[in-house]
Formats: sequence, structure tokens, C-alpha cells
Amino acid sequence: MVPKRHLWFPLALTFIAAPVNAETIQVTIDKLVFSPATVEAKVGDTIEWVNKDMFAHTATVKDGWDVMIPPKNSASLTLKAAGAVDYFCRFHPNMKGHIAVAP
Amino acid sequence: MLTRHTAALAALLLLGTAPLAQAADKPTDPQIAHIAYTAGVIDVEAAKQALKKSKNKEVLAFAKDMVRDHEAVNKQALDLVKKLKVTPEDNATSKALTKAATEERAKLAKLKGAAFDKAYVDNEVAYHKQVDGALETLLIPSASNAELKSLLETGLKIFQGHEQHAEHVASMLK
Repeated sequence: MVPKRHLWFPLALTFIAAPVNAETIQVTIDKLVFSPATVEAKVGDTIEWVNKDMFAHTATVKDGWDVMIPPKNSASLTLKAAGAVDYFCRFHPNMKGHIAVAP
Repeated sequence: MLTRHTAALAALLLLGTAPLAQAADKPTDPQIAHIAYTAGVIDVEAAKQALKKSKNKEVLAFAKDMVRDHEAVNKQALDLVKKLKVTPEDNATSKALTKAATEERAKLAKLKGAAFDKAYVDNEVAYHKQVDGALETLLIPSASNAELKSLLETGLKIFQGHEQHAEHVASMLK
């Protein structure tokens, strides 16, 4: 009979391979609205904006990052710093979103 | 400088507040489609003039955004009227808007450099603000087709976004 602890070995490897357990969080853009408008994430997670509009948008943080999101396309950003950020679209500043990034 | 646009749009807004006796003045869907399309074309033409005349990086970037967004909205509008088998109908409001815009472009054509940039961007702020008002108080409430209404609502968000963007550019020119 195979000792039970051997079964743990592959499982341990899986954890080593993906130690941060990072997630990809989708934010949809439809008719000039970021949805969900508020996202909770942690450092290492990726935000993926999926733009359903025929318009180009951006996700821009004042004095921070700036992601171009082409029409009918998507764009991603991996979060590197903890803290809460408000972002907006440079082309349509009435579009607003918020990401709370936990360490 | 802004008075002509204002007059044309004031006329447009008056239609919305007309008493019941004049309810026939409420624009029909084919007229609304024509007015909304015309409002977009006007802004694209204003932007194309700015792209030829301006040398300011912010103004040029803004004008490019206007061409791109309004052409995208108008493409959606054309696809929709085709689908609905509606023929956009020219009307007094569209004519007044076009006439005012032609006069505005002629005025701007005489300006150069920073004076042009300021006049263009200030007019963009005022123009978008007025179109927002017309969309909110007249065109959206008058639209009877749900898809047309929905496209106008998206158009309103685009115009409101451009208004804020234009205000931002105006603040940078000071």
C-alpha cells in the first residue's frame, strides 16, 4: 500500500508553482460604464477590462498608470502596489472606477 | 461667438417646452435621428478644422478623439436607421444647427494659434453642453423607438464625457 503522505507531494508542488494565488478580475465596459465600478483585489492580481463599446476608452489613474482599451477589445494590468485608486477614462472623464488593492 | 449656436439650440429647446397646443412640434423619430446625426457631423467638421489649424498637442489629441467618437456614434446611428427602415428626415432644427455651425467655422477660420485654440475649445465646451441639454430635455423624451432612445442615451454619455474632456483641455490652455 502506498503511504498516504506521498499523495501530498504533487499538491505541494502545485502550491509552489503558483505561490501568490493571483487572480484575474474582469471589469466590463458597456455604454460608457465600468462594471463593477468598484473592485477589491490584491497585489499581483490582474485587472482585465473588456470593452464592449465601439469607442476607445482608457483606465487612467491621475499621476499613475494609464491603460488603453481599444473598441471591442480588452486590455489588462497587473496590480503592483497596495492601496486604493480611483481611475477614469481620459476620453470620457465621466466614466469612473475604483480599485482597492490589498497587500 | 457662442450666440449663434446658443440661438439655434435655444430654438431646439423651446420645442421641448412648447405648450400642448403645439405638441405637433415634438420631433418624430426620423427627425430625431437626423438632428442627432447632424449634431455629430458638426462636431466632426469642427474637429477636422482644428486638426488643420492647431499646433497645440492637447487640442490636436482632443480633436482626434472627437472625430473618432462621433464617427463611431454616427456609424451606429446609420446602422440603426437602416435596421429600423427609418429614413432620417431633414427639419428646421437640423438646418438651424448646420447654419450656425457653418458660421462658427467661418469665424474660427479667421483665427490663428492660441486664439484659435481657445475659441475652438471654448466652443466645444458650450456646444457639447447645449447638445446635452437638447438630448436630455427633448430628443430622448421624444424618441418612441426603444433602440433609438438607447442610442441617444449612449450619445448623451459620450457628449457629457466630451464636455468634461473639453473643460479639461480649456483649463490647460489658460
